[in-house]
Amino acid sequence: MTVKHAELTQEIQRQAKELLASGEVAAFLGFSAGSLPMTTRPFVARTPQEAERLVWNSFCTVNLANYLPALLKSLEPPRSPKDPPPTGPLPKVGVLATGCWSRNIVVQIQENQVDRSRLVILGVPSRGMVDRKKVLAALQGKEVLEAQEDDHSLRLKGKWGETELSRWAVVRDNCQSCRHPNPVLFDRLLDAASERQAQAPFSQIEAIEAMSSDERWQWFQQAFASCIRCYACRNACPLCYCSTCFVDDNRPQWVGKALNAPDVLTFHILRAFHCAGRCTDCGACESVCPMGIKVRLLTQKLSKDILTLFGAEAGMDVSVPPPFTTYAPSDQNPFECDTCSSKGKKE
Amino acid sequence: MKIRINDHQLIQWIQGLITKFQVFYPLQDANSGVVHIQKATGSLNSDAILKPVSGVPKTSIKTFFMPQPEVIARFSIAAQDAEAFVLKEPGTALQTQVLLNIRPCDARSVALNSMPYAEDPYFQKMLKRTVIIGRPCDETCSTCFCELVGGSPHGTEGMDLVILKTEDGLALEVLTQKGADFLKQNPCAESAGLQPTPQQQGGQELPIVAREMQKKDLLALYNASFWPQIAEACINCGACTFLCPTCYCFDIQDEVAGTKGVRLRYWDSCMFPLFTLHASGHNPRGQKVQRVRNRFMHKFKYFPDRFGPVSCVGCGRCVKDCPVNIDIREVISLMQAV
Amino acid sequence: MFDQKNPYLPYSVIIDDIVVETEDKSLKTFKLVIEDEGIRQNWNHTPGQFAMLSVPGKGEAAIGIASSPTEKGYLLFTVSRIGSLTTALHQLPKGARIGVRGPLGNGFPVNSEFKGKNIVVIAGGYAFTTLRATIVYLLAHRQDYGKITLIYGARTPGMLLYRNELKDWEQSGLVECHITVDREAPGWNGIVGFVPAVTERVAPAPENSVAVVCGPPIMIKFTMPALEKTGWKDEQIYLSLENRMKCGLGVCGHCNVGPVYVCKDGPVFTRARVKGLPVEF
Repeated sequence: MTVKHAELTQEIQRQAKELLASGEVAAFLGFSAGSLPMTTRPFVARTPQEAERLVWNSFCTVNLANYLPALLKSLEPPRSPKDPPPTGPLPKVGVLATGCWSRNIVVQIQENQVDRSRLVILGVPSRGMVDRKKVLAALQGKEVLEAQEDDHSLRLKGKWGETELSRWAVVRDNCQSCRHPNPVLFDRLLDAASERQAQAPFSQIEAIEAMSSDERWQWFQQAFASCIRCYACRNACPLCYCSTCFVDDNRPQWVGKALNAPDVLTFHILRAFHCAGRCTDCGACESVCPMGIKVRLLTQKLSKDILTLFGAEAGMDVSVPPPFTTYAPSDQNPFECDTCSSKGKKE
Repeated sequence: MKIRINDHQLIQWIQGLITKFQVFYPLQDANSGVVHIQKATGSLNSDAILKPVSGVPKTSIKTFFMPQPEVIARFSIAAQDAEAFVLKEPGTALQTQVLLNIRPCDARSVALNSMPYAEDPYFQKMLKRTVIIGRPCDETCSTCFCELVGGSPHGTEGMDLVILKTEDGLALEVLTQKGADFLKQNPCAESAGLQPTPQQQGGQELPIVAREMQKKDLLALYNASFWPQIAEACINCGACTFLCPTCYCFDIQDEVAGTKGVRLRYWDSCMFPLFTLHASGHNPRGQKVQRVRNRFMHKFKYFPDRFGPVSCVGCGRCVKDCPVNIDIREVISLMQAV
Repeated sequence: MFDQKNPYLPYSVIIDDIVVETEDKSLKTFKLVIEDEGIRQNWNHTPGQFAMLSVPGKGEAAIGIASSPTEKGYLLFTVSRIGSLTTALHQLPKGARIGVRGPLGNGFPVNSEFKGKNIVVIAGGYAFTTLRATIVYLLAHRQDYGKITLIYGARTPGMLLYRNELKDWEQSGLVECHITVDREAPGWNGIVGFVPAVTERVAPAPENSVAVVCGPPIMIKFTMPALEKTGWKDEQIYLSLENRMKCGLGVCGHCNVGPVYVCKDGPVFTRARVKGLPVEF
């Protein structure tokens, strides 16, 4: 393991143990080691002993904020829907948060999905997480049997022998284009703030924007052609918490359920729009996609538009309302007609 | 029965098949390193025929037997149509399709799925039109566990024909009557008159894991204490079920365009809350832990109780691609320990 | 499995008549006539079986068959307007063409275990439908069975199904009827109270008897102890389970309760069998 990540693992274990032992939190949400090289498992420690299983490495790609609402609820005393909400302090949860995850927690607080007072957030400045699919591609599909990480390189072993890759070269796209690696909301910060900041965060989007409309349509169809509708992208997303998703609704049936291109594309484009102004580009959707679809390019495009149109970035500050929940006279109004300046309709 | 063939004969035979049939085979994508099952177009690179790629293809071959989606009926909703609202067979002509260089685990999945689908007319039609030319695995992955669940890297269950490596070259073995008939019409080298190798009578012995699970008490397994821990990380997506070659559940829905309607069936997943949701709003498996448990209980208890074998071929796809690293091998050992 | 080449293709049927059963109009009985004469004449089923009703363009839903196989030439389905398919069905007029796929499932063992026994039918709400089929069947073969007792409850008098037939059964004396409503209501002179309480009060002795119980989960839950108290054994009690279904043939995987498929192995199970299953219904 890297020196940095080894240190962080120790620190996370120590602090989680302490929080659990003192009773300050009832559960601690982090990661445990996976059963395969380059994998981790989201993991809830409930005792100080269990906290010894917590790890921190370059493969923590799932967004922990996704688990918070259900985990918090599971710690409340059981009650029926008609019972009044419990009063008095409820058990707390300790959770690890990088820049993007902490921003998701902010969004969850703004959208009343989690209660800030029940969280103990351990902030971890992110060094960027590794994309397993990039590693696989770099090795031409050869199977990795052992992976060791140093601060700036990955040593990968398999039946073919050993290969060393630059860590940054296989870091996820969203981490490479990240502008906020440091947590924006935390109770304790586990490491010195990171100074990295992507210079051209939207370069992937700009490349697609530069295409002609036909080319873009081609790109869109092709990029999502292998989708199997497993909904891992949706289910890994902390923004997707509707009790009935529009794709699951059958009255009315918004989208067909089979693998027909119009239905598949409708699902992806609508999912992305549902995340507009809320997405923190955590990359979980893309990391969990079993088919290797670059799903986050859609949400990233919307993040770029939101930044351009409203100067807003999701989850940076609890006290700043999300752009789509508020109105300002200065808001861009693309519906306004340029020539006659009548609102809402074109002559 | 088998015959010896040389590289040249095999290549010629396969190239000939490609001109006559739709042939699908595993191919590694040069950019991503991922193996996909692709349709052969034009002539194949001889390496693709002779040296099948190692590694499990991303998706299984179940799509060739349970198309996603599959039209199961057609109808008209035009009021003036005398036969409006009458559902009819789709009447699609199905030509022979050839699946080439198929791994033993994937071929075996077809044999396992044939059990619940024994009387399913659509599946049976697909089975009839498909010729599986298998290839033993020379190289297994760390995520493979076919032997644990009753398969073998050299197993031939589910295959019609198999291309074998022998000490002095290649051999082509006929395993089923369908394979023999296919070879009669599409001869390879001296294959005329080849009969299927007699298969073991009375079915193969069940793997230990299946016999163990059959003996276990249903409710003891169901109520085991480990399910919540397994389910905790699960995000309840359908990656495992859709990539799994032996997850075969489906949904049926109608789609209408203009006055023409089709009744479709398409893959469904017991991981989805909608799977069991009653129209009344009641949901017998409304909780994540219930759905996660159902998937494993179905594979390792309900299916063996009903059909004998476990509904898993050990291909390892779910292990590799589970977004949160739920490892089915760990679940099996937990269930074995009950 | 029913005798048809492709079990996924429904028979075409015409809606011959529609009866609004309840005061809230949420339940309608559809009288369906199979178009093909040969199939219509050869149709047979067992009370307790169900069929998939098919509104082409909308889909299918599993509905219990409310008519008895002794009622020839037509099929009755009493349908609650609750989901998308049943809502579409409720909007159809007389004369419309729909589809019926079935009969499916096992049905009550009226020709084996039930023979020669006293039959106690306990029903709550609109789950009464297949029990109507059962009672009509029993009455058509009256000499094969002992005493027939019916305990049937609905929320209000206006929510009772098949009111004319209930009256006929009661007046004929062929069925001992205990019809109850949840609360006092104007014009109602019958029993008031929930089905479990009425069961406890009037349930006959279990000797040489079987009970069939259909109703909402809460009713079943409280009726079971009532029967237990009067000495009923789990093997004598027949339940009909419901789960979301798609194929009706034990393939698609939707309706499983542990290892059994409600559509194929059920919907009728003894309580003894149900107790050995996970509670996933």
